[in-house]
Amino acid sequence: MGKFTRRAFMATGGLVGGGLALGFAFAPNRLTIYTADPDSADAQLNTWVMITPDNKVVVTVPHAEMGQGSQTGLPMMLADELDADWSTVSMVQAPATEIYANSDLARGFVLGDVSLPNSIFRLLDYSLFKLSGMIGVQNTGGSSAVRYTGNMAMRSAGAAAKHMLLQAAATRWGVSASSLTASESVVTHAASNQSATYGELASEAALMEVPLQPTLKSPDQFTLIGTSQPRFDIPSKVDGSAEYGIDVEVPGMLYAAIKHAPVFGSKYQATNLSEVRASRGVMDIVELDGAIAVVADNFWRAKIALDMMELQCIGGDRQSMTSAQIYDRYAEAALSEDGSYDADIGDTAAALAQSDRIVKASYRVPFLAHAAMEPLNCTASVTKDRCDVWVGHQNPLGARAAAAVAAGMDADNVTIHNRMLGGGFGRRTPTDFVTQAVTLSRQVGAPIKLIWSREEDIQHDMYRPAVANHMSAALDADGMPTAWTNSYTNSGQNEPAESPLTQYAIPNQSIKGVDVDSAVPIGAWRSVGHTQHSFFNESFVDELAVEAGIDPYQYRRKLLADMPRHRKVLDVAAQKAGWGEPLPAGRARGIAIEQSFGSIVAEVAEVSVSDDGDVTVHKVTAVIDCGTAVNPDSVVAQIEGGIIYGLTAALYGDIEIADGCVVQTNFPDYPMVTLQQAPDIEVHIINSGEAIGGVGEPGTPPIAPAVTNAIYQITGKRIRNLPISAHDLS
Amino acid sequence: MTIELRVNGVSHQLDIEEDMPLLWVLRDELGLKGTKFGCGVSACGACTVHVDGEAMRTCTLPVGAVDGADITTIEGLGADQAHPVQIAWIEKQVPQCGYCQSGMIMAVAALLDENPNPTRADLDDTITNICRCGTYQRVRAAVDELSQA
Repeated sequence: MGKFTRRAFMATGGLVGGGLALGFAFAPNRLTIYTADPDSADAQLNTWVMITPDNKVVVTVPHAEMGQGSQTGLPMMLADELDADWSTVSMVQAPATEIYANSDLARGFVLGDVSLPNSIFRLLDYSLFKLSGMIGVQNTGGSSAVRYTGNMAMRSAGAAAKHMLLQAAATRWGVSASSLTASESVVTHAASNQSATYGELASEAALMEVPLQPTLKSPDQFTLIGTSQPRFDIPSKVDGSAEYGIDVEVPGMLYAAIKHAPVFGSKYQATNLSEVRASRGVMDIVELDGAIAVVADNFWRAKIALDMMELQCIGGDRQSMTSAQIYDRYAEAALSEDGSYDADIGDTAAALAQSDRIVKASYRVPFLAHAAMEPLNCTASVTKDRCDVWVGHQNPLGARAAAAVAAGMDADNVTIHNRMLGGGFGRRTPTDFVTQAVTLSRQVGAPIKLIWSREEDIQHDMYRPAVANHMSAALDADGMPTAWTNSYTNSGQNEPAESPLTQYAIPNQSIKGVDVDSAVPIGAWRSVGHTQHSFFNESFVDELAVEAGIDPYQYRRKLLADMPRHRKVLDVAAQKAGWGEPLPAGRARGIAIEQSFGSIVAEVAEVSVSDDGDVTVHKVTAVIDCGTAVNPDSVVAQIEGGIIYGLTAALYGDIEIADGCVVQTNFPDYPMVTLQQAPDIEVHIINSGEAIGGVGEPGTPPIAPAVTNAIYQITGKRIRNLPISAHDLS
Repeated sequence: MTIELRVNGVSHQLDIEEDMPLLWVLRDELGLKGTKFGCGVSACGACTVHVDGEAMRTCTLPVGAVDGADITTIEGLGADQAHPVQIAWIEKQVPQCGYCQSGMIMAVAALLDENPNPTRADLDDTITNICRCGTYQRVRAAVDELSQA
């Protein structure tokens, strides 16, 4: 990859098909490498924005769409700075190439070679701690799209394009640029009553110098950001035309079904191969790393042939592993005096020794599968000198690297055709299924579409890690905490780094993770470390409030006295939920608040428990402060969805291990919230004007403790292990 | 065995195994990719289509059992997203990842054909489709709008 130059951020304003293409490139020769069709008047460069002579704006979005709306929100950010007519704006998804890696702007900043607008320095500075993990990752995850790509690249590109259009008009009319206005894709010179569309000015604008520090709007100047706009991807999702990875058709394609050896670390051996080979449509049987695949001319034929295979699971050292063993090992490990400290403030030992009101509790959360609706799949075609991969992936650059290794060729010869994702939630960041598809195609010598069954998806996930912990707190005479300790197991994926921290003002804190072997493959799961730690922290603070005899909302409020954003979110949630107002018998409210991915979310759950112990969540009131809500209706949708995702986990989510295997197999034994259990959800947005926060993940963490805190109010039973369904509440 | 199907108004004669689930016939034999594979055990509803006007899950439905049937998939529900359920789905911005929505829309369309003003309980009991993105709030809102229409 080329060295960054000062011009790396804004490539030259290229003259493309008579229009203005403004982008981001490392070297001039890179500009034409990915041209979709060099003969087309609308040739697509590696650009963020292109303005065509017929006055259309095309925005390139480097992030995948999995329903989170960033393929609409990001173009909105660019179009706002550009003062474009939104009805003329469309988007294309960027190819998988380093040029679009979302770390690039920040990396350039680190190297000191890229000039960025001053207004985003603070954001960059804040984000630097994450950068090492982001280098080379064109990732869709970490609620990063709008926060990073949007603020750094999209807005700057839009502002720069607008500047060049104004310069072009000023030159054409012989007036000063400052005497011009731009609105709805038209530049106007009011004094001389002249106007021109962006399309008319585009070719002249392309000749203007690219501003390296374009002036960005202040929030009060936004015209599009902050308005709810229909998502671009939705129409194709109501008529079946949206193309997901699983829908890809490649000429000559064969289908593969796969079974992984059930015991982690073991292998499969098949005994009746000739019988399987004779099954209609079967073309090949391929042994993969820890798995076996059948290739046929139709997926169903591959699947039934695989099901008739007599398989023996051999090897592996975890044949007798159980959940109980893992949990015991974790609980024991968390007792360790050792560990890596997230917070070591004051003297917790002294504070605990001085207090006569000590609260202690141990919590645990289980492994969880992601269970995205679209089962994992990947289509690959490996030929002598190239490899094409069609997949819905959260990390297309990672997928390209994995495909290159499996294909045995340079990454430059691998093209990732990223497709719509039928859910990701973190599962479509690892590349295991990409490696398998490429290996199959290489071995069979034909394009292969590999589809995992739901059973494989549940039993061979990269699971949300189980975590166990031990907590203690000392209370003063007023019932307020003077010390807070938390020793938890860390098997990896314990990120973001701030996730174990308490958000409350407590003078003495000892928070540490003790490394443990996870025992099963683990990965990022919607909101990552916040899913576990929000449950621990927001349950435990509720226990402290009970011990202190103080209302749980008021107790949190006191502890957030110096955190005005948090306090406001909490207050609005309590107020909108009618906190303290009477409820029917057997019903109660629980509250929780969590800051994650730059946003603060509080949720109040209204819950009842029947005589039989059945839990019903009637209503959830959520409040989010994400700084500025770019597309408010999408923010609401993400919080609604995040709550349902977290609620399914809280109520039912449990991946158990027995005999070294995952016990659960499919939706009947790994149940999901459906309409019947889905609460009414009310979402309120606070636009604080602070740095833009993520919205895809922050809705998930608070729901579990909000519900269990309500259950405590009703039953007096404190749920310290999830899921809720494992407890007898009758 | 030769199976006869009428799918979205087009007749097909297919030489396929009668125990092949209708889902895979639609997707891999007829190239209609709008109907989705979600679980393979009729638990999630992503594969819902209309068989002679009735919502059915197709991932476990042997094609032999629907020989001669008239089938409508999401592709045949409404031209240009003009079916009332599709219009309401866009209006309420229901889909997120959208993968379950073909099945959800087909299930809701069949319910409304039979019961134009479903209660919340009717909806909860009938529409048991799984949506991992959690669009239920908007499914309800869209159905409410459709039933008041």
